[in-house]
Amino acid sequence: MASAISPDNKIYRRRRMVNATMLFISGLTLLFGLFWLAWILITLLYEGFNALGPTLFTLNTPPPGSNGGLLNAIVGSLVMATMGTLIGTPIGILAGTYLAEFGRRGWLAPATRFINDILLSAPSIVIGLFIYSVYVSQVKHFSGWGGALALSLIVIPVVVRTTDDMLKLVPDSLREAAVALGAPAWKMIVFISYRAARAGIVTGILLAVARISGETAPLLFTALNNQFWSLNMNAPMANLPVVIFQFAMSPYPDWQRLAWGGAILITLAVLALNIAARMLFRR
Amino acid sequence: MNEQLQIENPKLTVHDLNFYYGKFQAIKSVSMDIPEKKVTAFIGPSGCGKSTLLRVFNRLYELYPGQRAEGEIRLDGANILDRDQDITLLRAKVGMVFQKPTPFPMSIYDNISFGVKLYENLSRGEMDERVEWALSKAALWKEVKDKLNQSGSSLSGGQQQRLCIARGIAIKPEVLLLDEPCSALDPISTSRIEELVNELKADYTVVIVTHNMQQAARVSDFTAYMYLGELIEFGATDNIFIKPKRKETEDYITGRFG
Repeated sequence: MASAISPDNKIYRRRRMVNATMLFISGLTLLFGLFWLAWILITLLYEGFNALGPTLFTLNTPPPGSNGGLLNAIVGSLVMATMGTLIGTPIGILAGTYLAEFGRRGWLAPATRFINDILLSAPSIVIGLFIYSVYVSQVKHFSGWGGALALSLIVIPVVVRTTDDMLKLVPDSLREAAVALGAPAWKMIVFISYRAARAGIVTGILLAVARISGETAPLLFTALNNQFWSLNMNAPMANLPVVIFQFAMSPYPDWQRLAWGGAILITLAVLALNIAARMLFRR
Repeated sequence: MNEQLQIENPKLTVHDLNFYYGKFQAIKSVSMDIPEKKVTAFIGPSGCGKSTLLRVFNRLYELYPGQRAEGEIRLDGANILDRDQDITLLRAKVGMVFQKPTPFPMSIYDNISFGVKLYENLSRGEMDERVEWALSKAALWKEVKDKLNQSGSSLSGGQQQRLCIARGIAIKPEVLLLDEPCSALDPISTSRIEELVNELKADYTVVIVTHNMQQAARVSDFTAYMYLGELIEFGATDNIFIKPKRKETEDYITGRFG
């Protein structure tokens, strides 16, 4: 009797055909996705590099028709992203630690995890409106602090999630080993769990920074914008996303050029953060 | 249940111990005395409760919800299952080495000093001495003395396991629990660790769980055979292996047991 296992086998040939077809379709969809991404990036690079120049970093945002740069917006973005990260990261790490290390018992941790996941995917404009109503409308003026608070609300769920996930990757055997030496829970967490999950947690923070550095909506209702140089966190503050939003919509070609410059700055910064996160995580 | 073995110098006295994983009862009314400064081996098929019993001795099971022990275990007279037993002190007194090596993500030196620093305030020189002492005891000093600053996970599996033993003895516990310490090791590392166990009983009470009956016969003074959560037979290792009293024990150690 001839063996069923031969290249002529019908089931085998059918499977090969299905495989080839599906692979072809997958390849096409991949190209479809990459095509738009490449188009966006190439346009951005082309227009953006035209806008790059030393004055971009030395002059403030100009009135239409005069020479200017993005200095106040760059600094404003840096300040607010830094403050947002500084506020959000400790809260996120502590909450994530609670979830991963103490969340085995009871209902609080699963409920928090669920709500955090909702917050993680909440539209950022909702977060902007939230800070507007609880902070900005109370103090009655737009401000850098409002922007930083809104950004920190975006940082928190990202850091909670990655801290939780990364700590859960630390094997229980390592915790058992520390506890079996007579270490109290907090020393086990600080010296063993954190150390084992350090790269992952820092990666999460970097990704959170990347996430907030391009957010426009939460700043639109909080920090608004500022045409002038200002480091006052209690006053409206310039920032790249809102400047891009305003300048790109304007009819003035020099403003539009600056908007491209801002866009490429943010894109390159996010790219750098992502590369840093990857390198750190791989180590 | 057979009559309880009389032991002159018990370090641990287990009385009517029951243990539950949720609703499942993993240990059923076990009573036994663990002799001081001897090696006691727990043998039995997988799932018989021997590792569970070991994890009751330092209350490690408490890390997980739904696990609970009932009964009495006296360590030097005090019931360690008591609510007011200080659990971190208990664990410092009752050290443990696990099946798989678990080096901490830090240097070899820090792996040892981490546990010591929890309870002792040593000067740099004293700590150096302690680290060397522990690593020498665990027969690892010669291999690592020039790379104490390297990561603990850079060592081979057998070396990592000896590092974990060194870490366990560095804090000078009174009891050392070994949970299948050789199951992930090659024969050479295994024989090193067996030699070490032999030396350790001069200072420590050692309890070892093992699937390897030759190992139990080689290293232990007393052997307990457990099956389905019950202690079937407990006695001097020679007696257990040469003339077991119970048919179940004999079947298991002669390999006739399914």
